[in-house]
Amino acid sequence: MEILKLIVLAFITIFAAMAANFGQDAAYTLHALIIMAVTFFLFIRELRQFGDAKPVAETGYRDDVIRAGVIATSFWGVVGMLVGVYIAFQLAFPALNLDYSFTTFGRLRPLHTSAVIFAFGGNALIATSFYIVQRTSAARLWGGNLCWFVFWGYQLFIVMAATGYLLGSTQSKEYAEPEWYSDIWLTIVWLSYLAVFLGTIVKRKEPHIYVANWFFLSFIVTIAMLHVMNNLSLPVSIFGSKSVQLFSGVQDALLQWWYGHNAVGFFLTSGFLGMMYYFVPKQANRPVFSYKLSIIHFWSLTFLYIWAGPHHLLYTALPDWAQTLGMAFSIMLWMPSWGGMINGLMTLNGAWDKLRTDPILKMMVLSLAFYGMSTFEGPVMAIKVVNSLSHYTDWTIGHVHSGALGWNGMITFSALYYLTPRLWGRKELFSLRMVNWHFWLATIGIILYVSSMWVTGIMEGLMWREVDAQGFLVNSFADTVSAKFPMYVVRGLGGLMYLSGAIIMCVNLWLTATGAGIRKPSAAHAVPAE
Amino acid sequence: MDTYSLMREIADSWGLLAMVTFFLIVILMLFRPGANKMHKDASQIPFHNDEQPLADRESKEQPLEK
Repeated sequence: MEILKLIVLAFITIFAAMAANFGQDAAYTLHALIIMAVTFFLFIRELRQFGDAKPVAETGYRDDVIRAGVIATSFWGVVGMLVGVYIAFQLAFPALNLDYSFTTFGRLRPLHTSAVIFAFGGNALIATSFYIVQRTSAARLWGGNLCWFVFWGYQLFIVMAATGYLLGSTQSKEYAEPEWYSDIWLTIVWLSYLAVFLGTIVKRKEPHIYVANWFFLSFIVTIAMLHVMNNLSLPVSIFGSKSVQLFSGVQDALLQWWYGHNAVGFFLTSGFLGMMYYFVPKQANRPVFSYKLSIIHFWSLTFLYIWAGPHHLLYTALPDWAQTLGMAFSIMLWMPSWGGMINGLMTLNGAWDKLRTDPILKMMVLSLAFYGMSTFEGPVMAIKVVNSLSHYTDWTIGHVHSGALGWNGMITFSALYYLTPRLWGRKELFSLRMVNWHFWLATIGIILYVSSMWVTGIMEGLMWREVDAQGFLVNSFADTVSAKFPMYVVRGLGGLMYLSGAIIMCVNLWLTATGAGIRKPSAAHAVPAE
Repeated sequence: MDTYSLMREIADSWGLLAMVTFFLIVILMLFRPGANKMHKDASQIPFHNDEQPLADRESKEQPLEK
């Protein structure tokens, strides 16, 4: 077995070296070099351990990979948000494009979206799902070191995607930009993730599968299906990053938005709901308000979300009936979403007083509130008449960020605050005051962001459709761009506040993990009692 | 019949019916008698086993009930 591993690693190293040599474009060559370096390192490591006695299987929960996940989540979160703030100011001050192809908005924008959704959100989902599935199954993570393969394999995918964007390698599908070899790699990593998760559920010691795990499982399975379907492409050469999509025209567009919207539905909603259904009851120390409602929430979400994708293609070449179908299902989605929000909020029934002393719980409530708001706004925007005004404007950007910053961001932050003391064996967080600062910076940041995008989005939509008495359009595109300047600055500032909050969180988590508060007992007086 | 029409035909007749029926059965199942206790138990799961997994049967080589 060890010999086989060595042979495979050596083969991949040599093939990557050859690929780097024959590489047709810069991104491909760089990625071949990265893969060569990684497999060479693994080969040497394997060689040095050759014939060593295997350590006996450990018992207890597998928390080392989750600790790594917490660090990766915080790191990628700050990176992704930093790029976001930078491109926000690029839109206000185009000089920030710096006249390099690598730093243009077009290349940094997918870097931002992938970094926050897949690197920050994805690492958060992997780490929390590993934590939750073990605790709610009362079983150690299945598959030995496979969980480490998932973790590092996912980081490798992120690095390849990010460097690829900067070098201009993209298949031009929103939220699915990475080229064919990164896609194949992610498929392997994702199926291993599914195996680890499912394996743990199968060997569970609890009779029931807790509802959070249902949400996580639907997220993992659906993302695997979406990813494979949307990335069916034929590489032009095995030594180049360019590939050609198998579908074309409106089929390709529908497939892309079936993928795109369900990335929102199953990655950013189902997965994060898995977090919500565990961490909110834990932090409030009360079981979920209604377990029945949580299961209804699960099935309705699963059955409705998958059809909502066409609302991204209203007034396009997509058949009318498909557009109407997408719109109808989007509106129906409002019900389960609010059912879930109410279920989460009502979990605090009888524990509302905790909000006064517990800023983590406050963050959870805020995230649920934003879950409710953005899942109300979404169906409204999916209505054809509203969409004719809102589509292609900044309103969409504002909507996405109220969901991403408000719902996904805040639930992830509160999960990180929950996990860090427990994973590093500390009694409590270093500072609750810093959590409060984070809470308010993030809240005000989101409000600035979302409201400025509402104003500029509706203004833009109205300017685009304004016609004079003769029926000619009144405004040129550049007119809307200059009119949007003040709102762009406000948006950038909102993002900056949100980023500062995240940096404060990182400092707090770092000091908690290293035990800074414990070495200085005098500082303990400044910490409010829990 | 071309593929599109065939798929469309299935989607808005038997396909739709099958999915709606499955969905309704799943929801109705929730309200079957006896489900209450099960849901009550399940909702308590996060509050057990926070620190330690239940003993592994494989390692102890005998079934353990706690």
